[in-house]
Amino acid sequence: MGIFDTIIYVLSWVSILSGSAFLIIGAAGIIRFPDFWSRLHAASVIDSAGMALLLLGMMLQAGLTLITVKLFFIGLFLIITGPTSTHAVANAALVSGSRPLGDDSSPTITPEQVAEAVTQTPDPIEEEPSKL
Amino acid sequence: MMFAVAVLSLFIAMVLLLVRLIAGPTVYDRVLAVNAFGTCTVLFIGATGFLFERPEFLDIALLYALINFVGTLAILKFFRYRALGDRSGIVDVDEEVR
Repeated sequence: MGIFDTIIYVLSWVSILSGSAFLIIGAAGIIRFPDFWSRLHAASVIDSAGMALLLLGMMLQAGLTLITVKLFFIGLFLIITGPTSTHAVANAALVSGSRPLGDDSSPTITPEQVAEAVTQTPDPIEEEPSKL
Repeated sequence: MMFAVAVLSLFIAMVLLLVRLIAGPTVYDRVLAVNAFGTCTVLFIGATGFLFERPEFLDIALLYALINFVGTLAILKFFRYRALGDRSGIVDVDEEVR
């Protein structure tokens, strides 16, 4: 086992251990945080740091093979889809009128205004009439 | 050993997420927990493949990553519009009042 292999081994141990720590921290945050808007932060820890570090550790273990390419594509999809779906959840919660805990000031945009603005944007289903 | 640690911590994180999934007060908490659970599932499938030395599992993980995204958006759209695609059969409440 050369010095290069030892470095790769130690690096993959470090990234897998820290990725596991980020996963458990994020899951504990999702349980412990008081309202939905703070739980979003904890969920993004899982989606970004935990996922990236675990995949990096697996890539370092796999070496330059087809497995690394598959892991790279899994990471690419998760990086694209994770923030998109988190944004969709947050937007849906905002439209439904949910507000952060302790936000007693009257919001500059009321939930009714947000709902109205969303309703007035044309629905893609109804936008194009069927051309039968 | 390395992947055993990863699988164990993923398992702990998934159990914690299940608690929030069951206890979540609103539907958005549950969707958030399902989304994070899906990410954990993708990583779990990959790490299990490495643990049992069958990295072919990564294909399944790739498929699951795509399905998880579409599933989250489908749930959100359903709870907003009460329909997933064709809305012709849905009676719109506002139009009925008019």
